[in-house]
Amino acid sequence: MLQATDIHVYYGDSHVLQGVSLEVRSGEIVCLLGRNGAGKSTTMRGLVGVNPPRSGRVLFNGREIAGRPVYENVRSGLAFVPEDRRIFAGLTVQENLEVAQLPARPGRPAWTFDRIYEVFPLLAPLKIRKGGNLSGGEQQMLAIARALVGNPALLLLDEPCEGLAPVIVQELSRIIAGIKSQIPILISEQNAHFALSIADRGYVIDKGLIRYEGSRQELLSNTEVQSRYLSV
Amino acid sequence: MGGLTLRRILPATLLLAFLVAAPFFLSTYWVIILTEILTMSLFAMSFNLLFGYTGLLSFGQAGFFGAGGYFAVLTLLHGPPSLWVALAAAVVGTALLALVIGWLCVRLDEIYFAILTLGFGMMLFTTAHNWRSVTGGSDGLGGFTVPPLNLIAWQVSLFNPKYFYFLVLAVTLLGTLLLLRMVKSPFGLLLRATRENSNRVAFVGANVRRLRLFAFVIAGTLAGVAGVLFAIFNRIASPEMLHWSFSGKAVLMTVLGGSGVLLGPAVGAAIFYVLEHYITTFTTSWMIFLGAILVVLVLAFPKGVLGSVMEFFAQKRRGAAP
Repeated sequence: MLQATDIHVYYGDSHVLQGVSLEVRSGEIVCLLGRNGAGKSTTMRGLVGVNPPRSGRVLFNGREIAGRPVYENVRSGLAFVPEDRRIFAGLTVQENLEVAQLPARPGRPAWTFDRIYEVFPLLAPLKIRKGGNLSGGEQQMLAIARALVGNPALLLLDEPCEGLAPVIVQELSRIIAGIKSQIPILISEQNAHFALSIADRGYVIDKGLIRYEGSRQELLSNTEVQSRYLSV
Repeated sequence: MGGLTLRRILPATLLLAFLVAAPFFLSTYWVIILTEILTMSLFAMSFNLLFGYTGLLSFGQAGFFGAGGYFAVLTLLHGPPSLWVALAAAVVGTALLALVIGWLCVRLDEIYFAILTLGFGMMLFTTAHNWRSVTGGSDGLGGFTVPPLNLIAWQVSLFNPKYFYFLVLAVTLLGTLLLLRMVKSPFGLLLRATRENSNRVAFVGANVRRLRLFAFVIAGTLAGVAGVLFAIFNRIASPEMLHWSFSGKAVLMTVLGGSGVLLGPAVGAAIFYVLEHYITTFTTSWMIFLGAILVVLVLAFPKGVLGSVMEFFAQKRRGAAP
Protein backbone atom coordinates (compact mmCIF):
# COMPACT_ATOMS: atom_id res chain seq x y z
CA MET A 1 0.00 0.00 0.00
CA LEU A 2 2.78 2.41 1.00
CA GLN A 3 6.23 1.54 -0.13
CA ALA A 4 9.36 3.62 0.27
CA THR A 5 12.50 2.52 -1.53
CA ASP A 6 15.91 3.94 -0.70
CA ILE A 7 14.74 7.45 0.19
CA HIS A 8 17.30 10.14 1.01
CA VAL A 9 16.19 13.25 2.86
CA TYR A 10 18.33 16.31 3.57
CA TYR A 11 17.90 19.26 5.88
CA GLY A 12 19.86 21.85 3.97
CA ASP A 13 23.28 20.23 3.52
CA SER A 14 22.94 17.62 6.20
CA HIS A 15 22.12 14.19 4.89
CA VAL A 16 19.60 12.91 7.42
CA LEU A 17 17.98 9.87 5.81
CA GLN A 18 20.60 7.87 3.99
CA GLY A 19 18.51 5.38 2.09
CA VAL A 20 15.46 4.24 4.03
CA SER A 21 13.19 1.53 2.68
CA LEU A 22 10.01 0.38 4.35
CA GLU A 23 6.59 -0.89 3.55
CA VAL A 24 3.09 -0.80 5.03
CA ARG A 25 0.56 -3.30 3.71
CA SER A 26 -3.17 -3.04 4.06
CA GLY A 27 -4.60 -4.33 7.32
CA GLU A 28 -1.46 -3.94 9.41
CA ILE A 29 0.02 -1.61 11.97
CA VAL A 30 3.72 -1.04 11.46
CA CYS A 31 5.94 0.79 13.89
CA LEU A 32 9.11 2.71 13.27
CA LEU A 33 11.28 2.59 16.38
CA GLY A 34 14.35 4.56 17.25
CA ARG A 35 15.95 6.94 19.69
CA ASN A 36 15.59 10.66 19.67
CA GLY A 37 17.22 12.02 16.53
CA ALA A 38 17.39 8.66 14.80
CA GLY A 39 15.35 9.88 11.82
CA LYS A 40 11.81 8.75 12.69
CA SER A 41 10.09 12.07 12.17
CA THR A 42 12.21 12.80 9.12
CA THR A 43 11.05 9.53 7.61
CA MET A 44 7.41 10.40 8.26
CA ARG A 45 7.87 13.91 6.88
CA GLY A 46 9.67 12.50 3.87
CA LEU A 47 6.84 10.07 3.15
CA VAL A 48 4.06 12.68 3.28
CA GLY A 49 6.14 15.28 1.47
CA VAL A 50 6.81 17.92 4.13
CA ASN A 51 10.51 17.29 3.50
CA PRO A 52 10.42 15.60 0.13
CA PRO A 53 13.17 13.03 -0.51
CA ARG A 54 15.93 14.14 -2.86
CA SER A 55 16.19 10.65 -4.24
CA GLY A 56 14.40 7.36 -3.88
CA ARG A 57 10.83 6.33 -4.57
CA VAL A 58 7.65 6.51 -2.55
CA LEU A 59 4.76 4.47 -3.92
CA PHE A 60 1.28 4.93 -2.51
CA ASN A 61 -1.40 2.64 -3.90
CA GLY A 62 0.99 1.88 -6.75
CA ARG A 63 1.49 5.52 -7.67
CA GLU A 64 4.72 7.50 -7.30
CA ILE A 65 4.10 10.32 -4.82
CA ALA A 66 7.60 11.56 -3.96
CA GLY A 67 7.82 15.27 -4.72
CA ARG A 68 4.07 15.83 -4.84
CA PRO A 69 2.72 18.65 -2.63
CA VAL A 70 1.56 17.61 0.83
CA TYR A 71 -2.05 18.63 0.29
CA GLU A 72 -2.31 16.37 -2.77
CA ASN A 73 -0.93 13.42 -0.83
CA VAL A 74 -3.39 14.07 1.98
CA ARG A 75 -6.27 14.30 -0.48
CA SER A 76 -5.28 11.05 -2.11
CA GLY A 77 -5.62 9.36 1.27
CA LEU A 78 -2.30 9.63 3.08
CA ALA A 79 -3.12 11.22 6.44
CA PHE A 80 -0.38 12.60 8.64
CA VAL A 81 -0.53 13.45 12.34
CA PRO A 82 2.69 15.35 13.10
CA GLU A 83 4.45 14.94 16.42
CA ASP A 84 3.65 18.40 17.75
CA ARG A 85 -0.04 17.71 17.09
CA ARG A 86 -0.73 20.90 15.15
CA ILE A 87 -4.40 21.36 15.73
CA PHE A 88 -5.85 24.82 15.00
CA ALA A 89 -5.82 26.49 18.38
CA GLY A 90 -8.29 29.24 17.47
CA LEU A 91 -10.92 26.89 16.03
CA THR A 92 -13.28 24.84 18.15
CA VAL A 93 -13.05 21.05 18.28
CA GLN A 94 -15.96 20.76 15.88
CA GLU A 95 -14.48 23.37 13.52
CA ASN A 96 -11.13 21.58 13.57
CA LEU A 97 -12.98 18.52 12.30
CA GLU A 98 -15.04 20.47 9.75
CA VAL A 99 -12.04 21.96 7.99
CA ALA A 100 -10.54 18.51 7.54
CA GLN A 101 -13.53 16.75 6.00
CA LEU A 102 -12.88 15.01 2.70
CA PRO A 103 -15.16 12.72 0.70
CA ALA A 104 -15.45 9.08 1.81
CA ARG A 105 -13.50 6.43 -0.01
CA PRO A 106 -15.62 4.12 -2.20
CA GLY A 107 -16.49 0.87 -0.45
CA ARG A 108 -15.68 2.14 3.05
CA PRO A 109 -17.99 3.62 5.64
CA ALA A 110 -17.46 7.36 5.98
CA TRP A 111 -15.96 8.85 9.15
CA THR A 112 -18.92 11.00 10.11
CA PHE A 113 -18.74 13.37 13.07
CA ASP A 114 -21.04 11.05 15.03
CA ARG A 115 -18.74 8.13 14.44
CA ILE A 116 -15.72 10.23 15.45
CA TYR A 117 -17.34 11.22 18.76
CA GLU A 118 -18.20 7.57 19.36
CA VAL A 119 -14.60 6.45 18.85
CA PHE A 120 -13.25 9.45 20.79
CA PRO A 121 -15.70 9.79 23.67
CA LEU A 122 -13.35 12.27 25.38
CA LEU A 123 -13.96 14.79 22.60
CA ALA A 124 -17.75 14.61 22.57
CA PRO A 125 -18.35 17.00 25.47
CA LEU A 126 -15.72 19.43 24.13
CA LYS A 127 -17.26 20.21 20.72
CA ILE A 128 -17.42 23.97 21.23
CA ARG A 129 -14.16 24.26 23.18
CA LYS A 130 -11.30 26.04 21.40
CA GLY A 131 -8.51 23.73 20.33
CA GLY A 132 -5.97 25.81 22.22
CA ASN A 133 -7.84 25.22 25.50
CA LEU A 134 -7.54 21.43 25.34
CA SER A 135 -5.08 19.36 27.35
CA GLY A 136 -2.20 17.69 25.56
CA GLY A 137 -4.01 14.36 25.50
CA GLU A 138 -7.21 15.89 24.19
CA GLN A 139 -5.24 17.69 21.49
CA GLN A 140 -3.66 14.42 20.45
CA MET A 141 -7.10 12.77 20.23
CA LEU A 142 -8.33 15.71 18.17
CA ALA A 143 -5.32 15.54 15.87
CA ILE A 144 -6.00 11.85 15.18
CA ALA A 145 -9.74 12.46 14.84
CA ARG A 146 -9.06 15.27 12.41
CA ALA A 147 -6.91 12.98 10.30
CA LEU A 148 -9.71 10.39 10.27
CA VAL A 149 -12.51 12.73 9.07
CA GLY A 150 -10.45 13.12 5.91
CA ASN A 151 -11.34 9.46 5.29
CA PRO A 152 -7.73 8.45 4.70
CA ALA A 153 -6.56 5.17 3.21
CA LEU A 154 -3.50 5.10 5.46
CA LEU A 155 -2.56 6.90 8.65
CA LEU A 156 0.90 8.16 9.59
CA LEU A 157 1.20 8.84 13.33
CA ASP A 158 4.37 10.59 14.39
CA GLU A 159 5.23 9.91 18.04
CA PRO A 160 1.65 10.01 19.30
CA CYS A 161 2.60 9.26 22.93
CA GLU A 162 5.17 11.97 23.37
CA GLY A 163 4.53 13.87 26.58
CA LEU A 164 1.21 12.21 27.37
CA ALA A 165 0.12 10.86 30.75
CA PRO A 166 0.06 7.05 31.05
CA VAL A 167 -3.73 6.96 31.33
CA ILE A 168 -4.04 8.85 28.04
CA VAL A 169 -1.53 6.53 26.41
CA GLN A 170 -3.78 3.65 27.45
CA GLU A 171 -6.81 5.35 25.92
CA LEU A 172 -4.78 5.92 22.78
CA SER A 173 -3.85 2.24 22.43
CA ARG A 174 -7.50 1.33 22.91
CA ILE A 175 -8.49 3.69 20.08
CA ILE A 176 -5.73 2.56 17.74
CA ALA A 177 -6.60 -1.08 18.37
CA GLY A 178 -10.22 -0.20 17.59
CA ILE A 179 -9.55 1.42 14.24
CA LYS A 180 -6.85 -1.02 13.24
CA SER A 181 -9.19 -3.28 11.26
CA GLN A 182 -10.32 -0.32 9.16
CA ILE A 183 -7.14 1.48 8.33
CA PRO A 184 -3.45 0.59 8.11
CA ILE A 185 -1.20 2.69 10.30
CA LEU A 186 2.47 3.55 10.34
CA ILE A 187 3.41 4.77 13.79
CA SER A 188 6.77 6.16 14.82
CA GLU A 189 7.67 5.80 18.47
CA GLN A 190 10.45 6.14 20.96
CA ASN A 191 8.31 4.21 23.40
CA ALA A 192 8.95 0.67 22.12
CA HIS A 193 6.84 -0.81 24.87
CA PHE A 194 3.75 1.07 23.69
CA ALA A 195 4.44 0.59 19.97
CA LEU A 196 5.03 -3.14 20.22
CA SER A 197 1.86 -3.59 22.22
CA ILE A 198 -0.17 -2.56 19.17
CA ALA A 199 2.01 -3.13 16.08
CA ASP A 200 2.21 -6.24 13.93
CA ARG A 201 5.65 -5.48 12.56
CA GLY A 202 8.37 -2.97 13.09
CA TYR A 203 11.47 -1.30 11.77
CA VAL A 204 14.33 0.02 13.86
CA ILE A 205 15.98 3.17 12.59
CA ASP A 206 19.25 4.71 13.74
CA LYS A 207 21.40 7.50 12.26
CA GLY A 208 19.18 7.67 9.20
CA LEU A 209 19.34 3.98 8.27
CA ILE A 210 17.01 1.05 8.91
CA ARG A 211 19.02 -1.28 11.18
CA TYR A 212 16.55 -4.04 11.84
CA GLU A 213 13.21 -5.26 10.62
CA GLY A 214 11.01 -7.92 12.13
CA SER A 215 7.69 -9.09 13.48
CA ARG A 216 6.45 -8.05 16.87
CA GLN A 217 7.71 -11.32 18.43
CA GLU A 218 11.13 -10.98 16.85
CA LEU A 219 11.47 -7.42 18.07
CA LEU A 220 10.24 -8.27 21.54
CA SER A 221 12.67 -11.15 21.92
CA ASN A 222 15.72 -9.52 20.38
CA THR A 223 17.41 -8.03 23.41
CA GLU A 224 20.53 -7.09 21.48
CA VAL A 225 18.62 -4.79 19.10
CA GLN A 226 16.70 -3.43 22.03
CA SER A 227 19.73 -2.45 24.00
CA ARG A 228 21.71 -1.18 21.07
CA TYR A 229 19.12 0.98 19.31
CA LEU A 230 16.25 1.45 21.71
CA SER A 231 16.26 2.73 25.22
CA VAL A 232 14.16 -0.04 26.71
CA MET B 1 -21.83 28.12 17.27
CA GLY B 2 -25.63 28.41 17.67
CA GLY B 3 -28.09 29.48 15.04
CA LEU B 4 -29.97 32.70 14.57
CA THR B 5 -30.96 33.56 18.08
CA LEU B 6 -32.69 36.78 19.08
CA ARG B 7 -29.49 37.93 20.72
CA ARG B 8 -27.71 37.73 17.37
CA ILE B 9 -30.49 39.12 15.21
CA LEU B 10 -31.64 42.01 17.38
CA PRO B 11 -28.56 44.27 17.19
CA ALA B 12 -28.23 43.68 13.44
CA THR B 13 -31.92 44.50 12.89
CA LEU B 14 -31.67 47.68 14.96
CA LEU B 15 -28.58 48.78 13.05
CA LEU B 16 -30.26 48.10 9.72
CA ALA B 17 -33.43 49.91 10.79
CA PHE B 18 -31.33 52.91 11.79
CA LEU B 19 -29.46 52.92 8.48
CA VAL B 20 -32.67 52.66 6.44
CA ALA B 21 -34.48 55.35 8.45
CA ALA B 22 -31.46 57.69 8.79
CA PRO B 23 -32.07 59.84 5.65
CA PHE B 24 -35.58 60.64 6.88
CA PHE B 25 -34.46 62.29 10.11
CA LEU B 26 -30.81 63.24 9.54
CA SER B 27 -29.67 66.39 7.77
CA THR B 28 -28.22 66.07 4.27
CA TYR B 29 -24.79 66.77 5.74
CA TRP B 30 -24.99 63.68 7.93
CA VAL B 31 -26.46 61.60 5.14
CA ILE B 32 -23.35 62.43 3.13
CA ILE B 33 -21.09 61.48 6.05
CA LEU B 34 -22.99 58.20 6.42
CA THR B 35 -22.53 57.57 2.70
CA GLU B 36 -18.78 57.99 3.13
CA ILE B 37 -18.78 55.74 6.18
CA LEU B 38 -20.61 52.98 4.34
CA THR B 39 -18.31 53.21 1.32
CA MET B 40 -15.21 53.05 3.47
CA SER B 41 -16.77 50.23 5.52
CA LEU B 42 -17.03 48.08 2.43
CA PHE B 43 -13.44 48.94 1.52
CA ALA B 44 -12.13 48.23 5.03
CA MET B 45 -14.12 44.99 5.33
CA SER B 46 -12.69 43.80 2.01
CA PHE B 47 -9.23 44.50 3.42
CA ASN B 48 -10.11 42.61 6.59
CA LEU B 49 -11.07 39.45 4.70
CA LEU B 50 -7.34 39.26 3.97
CA PHE B 51 -6.03 40.69 7.23
CA GLY B 52 -8.35 39.44 9.96
CA TYR B 53 -9.51 36.20 8.41
CA THR B 54 -6.60 35.07 6.25
CA GLY B 55 -3.71 36.64 8.15
CA LEU B 56 -2.37 38.60 5.18
CA LEU B 57 -1.56 42.28 5.67
CA SER B 58 -2.11 44.00 2.33
CA PHE B 59 -0.82 47.49 1.71
CA GLY B 60 -2.08 47.41 -1.85
CA GLN B 61 -5.80 47.25 -1.19
CA ALA B 62 -6.23 50.85 -2.31
CA GLY B 63 -4.84 49.83 -5.69
CA PHE B 64 -7.99 47.79 -6.31
CA PHE B 65 -10.21 50.43 -4.74
CA GLY B 66 -8.80 53.06 -7.10
CA ALA B 67 -8.73 50.74 -10.11
CA GLY B 68 -12.44 50.05 -9.59
CA GLY B 69 -13.09 53.78 -9.60
CA TYR B 70 -11.08 54.35 -12.79
CA PHE B 71 -12.65 51.38 -14.60
CA ALA B 72 -16.12 52.70 -13.82
CA VAL B 73 -15.35 56.31 -14.78
CA LEU B 74 -13.59 55.25 -18.00
CA THR B 75 -16.65 53.17 -18.90
CA LEU B 76 -18.97 56.09 -18.19
CA LEU B 77 -16.81 58.43 -20.29
CA HIS B 78 -16.27 56.17 -23.27
CA GLY B 79 -18.98 53.54 -23.01
CA PRO B 80 -22.75 53.43 -22.69
CA PRO B 81 -24.26 55.76 -20.07
CA SER B 82 -25.27 52.99 -17.69
CA LEU B 83 -24.26 52.56 -14.07
CA TRP B 84 -24.77 48.83 -14.31
CA VAL B 85 -22.35 48.54 -17.23
CA ALA B 86 -19.81 50.71 -15.37
CA LEU B 87 -20.17 48.58 -12.25
CA ALA B 88 -19.84 45.35 -14.24
CA ALA B 89 -16.73 46.67 -15.99
CA ALA B 90 -15.20 47.56 -12.63
CA VAL B 91 -16.04 44.16 -11.14
CA VAL B 92 -14.54 42.25 -14.05
CA GLY B 93 -11.55 44.58 -14.29
CA THR B 94 -10.60 44.50 -10.61
CA ALA B 95 -11.20 40.74 -10.38
CA LEU B 96 -8.79 40.11 -13.25
CA LEU B 97 -6.27 42.57 -11.82
CA ALA B 98 -6.51 40.90 -8.41
CA LEU B 99 -6.12 37.49 -10.01
CA VAL B 100 -2.86 38.45 -11.71
CA ILE B 101 -1.39 40.41 -8.80
CA GLY B 102 -2.66 37.90 -6.25
CA TRP B 103 -1.17 35.02 -8.20
CA LEU B 104 2.24 36.59 -7.63
CA CYS B 105 1.67 37.81 -4.07
CA VAL B 106 0.13 34.78 -2.32
CA ARG B 107 3.37 32.81 -2.70
CA LEU B 108 4.65 34.66 0.33
CA ASP B 109 3.15 35.79 3.61
CA GLU B 110 3.88 38.03 6.57
CA ILE B 111 6.12 41.04 5.85
CA TYR B 112 7.03 39.73 2.40
CA PHE B 113 3.38 39.70 1.35
CA ALA B 114 2.90 43.19 2.77
CA ILE B 115 5.90 44.49 0.79
CA LEU B 116 4.79 42.80 -2.42
CA THR B 117 1.30 44.29 -2.18
CA LEU B 118 2.84 47.66 -1.34
CA GLY B 119 4.99 47.39 -4.48
CA PHE B 120 2.10 46.48 -6.74
CA GLY B 121 -0.06 49.17 -5.15
CA MET B 122 2.60 51.79 -5.94
CA MET B 123 2.84 50.52 -9.52
CA LEU B 124 -0.91 50.96 -9.92
CA PHE B 125 -0.72 54.41 -8.34
CA THR B 126 2.06 55.48 -10.69
CA THR B 127 0.14 54.18 -13.68
CA ALA B 128 -2.88 56.27 -12.70
CA HIS B 129 -0.68 59.25 -11.92
CA ASN B 130 1.52 59.27 -15.03
CA TRP B 131 -0.63 57.89 -17.84
CA ARG B 132 -2.09 61.30 -18.58
CA SER B 133 -3.80 60.54 -21.88
CA VAL B 134 -5.98 57.85 -20.31
CA THR B 135 -6.25 58.63 -16.62
CA GLY B 136 -5.96 62.41 -16.61
CA GLY B 137 -2.78 62.22 -14.56
CA SER B 138 -2.61 63.96 -11.22
CA ASP B 139 -5.83 65.88 -11.96
CA GLY B 140 -7.75 62.67 -11.87
CA LEU B 141 -10.55 61.67 -14.17
CA GLY B 142 -13.75 63.62 -13.81
CA GLY B 143 -16.12 65.45 -16.11
CA PHE B 144 -18.47 62.54 -16.55
CA THR B 145 -22.21 62.68 -16.08
CA VAL B 146 -23.75 60.30 -13.62
CA PRO B 147 -26.56 58.53 -15.45
CA PRO B 148 -29.73 57.68 -13.53
CA LEU B 149 -29.78 54.24 -11.97
CA ASN B 150 -31.95 51.97 -14.07
CA LEU B 151 -34.13 49.81 -11.82
CA ILE B 152 -36.34 48.51 -14.65
CA ALA B 153 -39.52 50.30 -13.57
CA TRP B 154 -37.76 53.35 -12.14
CA GLN B 155 -35.01 55.66 -13.27
CA VAL B 156 -33.46 56.88 -10.04
CA SER B 157 -31.47 60.10 -10.20
CA LEU B 158 -28.38 59.91 -8.03
CA PHE B 159 -28.10 63.67 -7.80
CA ASN B 160 -30.34 63.43 -4.78
CA PRO B 161 -27.96 62.51 -1.91
CA LYS B 162 -30.67 60.41 -0.29
CA TYR B 163 -31.02 58.16 -3.33
CA PHE B 164 -27.29 57.83 -3.68
CA TYR B 165 -27.13 56.94 0.00
CA PHE B 166 -29.63 54.12 -0.52
CA LEU B 167 -27.61 52.78 -3.44
CA VAL B 168 -24.47 52.75 -1.29
CA LEU B 169 -26.38 51.16 1.59
CA ALA B 170 -27.72 48.41 -0.67
CA VAL B 171 -24.32 47.65 -2.21
CA THR B 172 -22.50 47.67 1.13
CA LEU B 173 -25.19 45.45 2.64
CA LEU B 174 -24.86 42.95 -0.21
CA GLY B 175 -21.08 43.00 0.16
CA THR B 176 -21.39 42.43 3.91
CA LEU B 177 -23.80 39.52 3.41
CA LEU B 178 -21.45 37.98 0.87
CA LEU B 179 -18.55 38.29 3.34
CA LEU B 180 -20.67 36.90 6.18
CA ARG B 181 -21.67 33.95 4.06
CA MET B 182 -18.03 33.34 3.16
CA VAL B 183 -16.51 33.53 6.61
CA LYS B 184 -19.17 31.22 8.05
CA SER B 185 -18.64 28.60 5.34
CA PRO B 186 -16.10 25.75 5.43
CA PHE B 187 -14.03 27.96 3.14
CA GLY B 188 -14.04 30.66 5.83
CA LEU B 189 -12.95 28.11 8.44
CA LEU B 190 -10.07 27.12 6.20
CA LEU B 191 -9.09 30.77 5.85
CA ARG B 192 -9.00 31.13 9.61
CA ALA B 193 -6.99 27.93 9.83
CA THR B 194 -4.56 29.37 7.27
CA ARG B 195 -4.18 32.50 9.35
CA GLU B 196 -3.27 30.42 12.39
CA ASN B 197 -0.75 28.26 10.65
CA SER B 198 -0.44 27.92 6.92
CA ASN B 199 1.72 24.77 7.12
CA ARG B 200 -0.90 22.88 9.05
CA VAL B 201 -3.53 23.52 6.43
CA ALA B 202 -1.76 21.19 4.01
CA PHE B 203 -2.30 18.37 6.53
CA VAL B 204 -6.05 18.67 6.09
CA GLY B 205 -5.65 18.43 2.35
CA ALA B 206 -6.10 22.09 1.47
CA ASN B 207 -4.10 24.04 -1.08
CA VAL B 208 -3.03 27.14 0.85
CA ARG B 209 -2.03 29.11 -2.21
CA ARG B 210 -5.34 28.59 -3.94
CA LEU B 211 -7.28 29.49 -0.77
CA ARG B 212 -5.33 32.69 -0.39
CA LEU B 213 -5.69 33.58 -4.04
CA PHE B 214 -9.45 33.13 -3.88
CA ALA B 215 -9.65 35.38 -0.82
CA PHE B 216 -7.38 37.91 -2.54
CA VAL B 217 -9.61 38.08 -5.63
CA ILE B 218 -12.82 38.43 -3.60
CA ALA B 219 -11.22 41.12 -1.43
CA GLY B 220 -9.82 42.98 -4.45
CA THR B 221 -13.17 42.89 -6.26
CA LEU B 222 -15.12 44.17 -3.26
CA ALA B 223 -12.56 46.94 -2.83
CA GLY B 224 -13.09 47.78 -6.50
CA VAL B 225 -16.86 48.01 -5.97
CA ALA B 226 -16.28 50.34 -3.02
CA GLY B 227 -14.02 52.40 -5.30
CA VAL B 228 -16.83 52.72 -7.86
CA LEU B 229 -19.13 54.14 -5.19
CA PHE B 230 -16.38 56.48 -3.97
CA ALA B 231 -15.58 57.79 -7.47
CA ILE B 232 -19.23 58.40 -8.33
CA PHE B 233 -19.79 60.04 -4.95
CA ASN B 234 -16.88 62.44 -5.52
CA ARG B 235 -17.58 62.75 -9.27
CA ILE B 236 -13.90 61.98 -9.87
CA ALA B 237 -11.43 59.10 -9.86
CA SER B 238 -8.13 60.42 -8.58
CA PRO B 239 -4.68 58.86 -8.15
CA GLU B 240 -4.86 59.41 -4.36
CA MET B 241 -7.43 56.61 -4.27
CA LEU B 242 -4.65 54.17 -5.21
CA HIS B 243 -1.94 55.54 -2.95
CA TRP B 244 -0.60 53.25 -0.25
CA SER B 245 -1.57 55.77 2.42
CA PHE B 246 -5.17 55.14 1.38
CA SER B 247 -4.57 51.43 2.03
CA GLY B 248 -3.31 52.60 5.40
CA LYS B 249 -6.77 54.01 6.11
CA ALA B 250 -8.25 50.53 5.77
CA VAL B 251 -5.58 49.18 8.12
CA LEU B 252 -6.32 51.92 10.62
CA MET B 253 -10.10 51.52 10.53
CA THR B 254 -9.76 47.76 10.90
CA VAL B 255 -7.45 47.96 13.89
CA LEU B 256 -9.65 50.64 15.42
CA GLY B 257 -12.88 48.64 15.07
CA GLY B 258 -11.49 45.14 15.52
CA SER B 259 -10.09 42.69 12.99
CA GLY B 260 -11.66 39.62 14.58
CA VAL B 261 -15.25 40.71 13.92
CA LEU B 262 -16.88 41.06 10.51
CA LEU B 263 -18.32 44.51 11.24
CA GLY B 264 -15.22 45.66 13.13
CA PRO B 265 -13.79 47.64 10.19
CA ALA B 266 -17.21 49.27 9.64
CA VAL B 267 -17.27 50.45 13.25
CA GLY B 268 -13.70 51.68 12.75
CA ALA B 269 -14.77 53.63 9.66
CA ALA B 270 -17.68 55.19 11.58
CA ILE B 271 -15.43 56.24 14.47
CA PHE B 272 -12.89 57.65 12.02
CA TYR B 273 -15.38 59.85 10.16
CA VAL B 274 -17.29 61.00 13.21
CA LEU B 275 -14.05 61.96 14.97
CA GLU B 276 -12.86 63.73 11.84
CA HIS B 277 -16.12 65.68 11.70
CA TYR B 278 -15.95 66.89 15.29
CA ILE B 279 -12.25 67.59 15.46
CA THR B 280 -12.06 69.51 12.19
CA THR B 281 -14.69 71.94 13.50
CA PHE B 282 -12.08 73.44 15.84
CA THR B 283 -8.69 72.64 14.32
CA THR B 284 -7.14 71.96 10.94
CA SER B 285 -4.42 69.70 12.29
CA TRP B 286 -6.90 67.03 13.17
CA MET B 287 -4.39 64.23 12.53
CA ILE B 288 -2.58 65.14 15.77
CA PHE B 289 -5.78 64.61 17.72
CA LEU B 290 -6.68 61.52 15.74
CA GLY B 291 -3.25 60.10 16.53
CA ALA B 292 -3.65 60.77 20.24
CA ILE B 293 -7.15 59.29 20.33
CA LEU B 294 -5.94 56.26 18.42
CA VAL B 295 -3.19 55.62 20.94
CA VAL B 296 -5.72 55.67 23.74
CA LEU B 297 -8.23 53.50 21.88
CA VAL B 298 -5.67 50.90 20.86
CA LEU B 299 -4.31 50.70 24.41
CA ALA B 300 -7.80 50.51 25.93
CA PHE B 301 -9.28 48.16 23.32
CA PRO B 302 -6.52 45.87 22.10
CA LYS B 303 -9.05 43.87 20.10
CA GLY B 304 -10.61 46.94 18.56
CA VAL B 305 -13.66 48.77 19.82
CA LEU B 306 -16.27 46.33 18.50
CA GLY B 307 -14.05 43.32 19.20
CA SER B 308 -13.58 44.34 22.84
CA VAL B 309 -17.27 45.15 23.33
CA MET B 310 -18.31 41.77 21.95
CA GLU B 311 -15.76 40.03 24.13
CA PHE B 312 -17.06 41.88 27.16
CA PHE B 313 -20.60 40.64 26.51
CA ALA B 314 -19.42 37.11 25.76
CA GLN B 315 -17.58 37.03 29.10
CA LYS B 316 -20.57 38.43 30.93
CA ARG B 317 -22.77 35.71 29.46
CA ARG B 318 -20.29 33.03 30.37
CA GLY B 319 -20.10 34.45 33.87
CA ALA B 320 -23.90 34.43 34.18
CA ALA B 321 -24.23 30.84 32.98
CA PRO B 322 -24.08 28.26 35.78
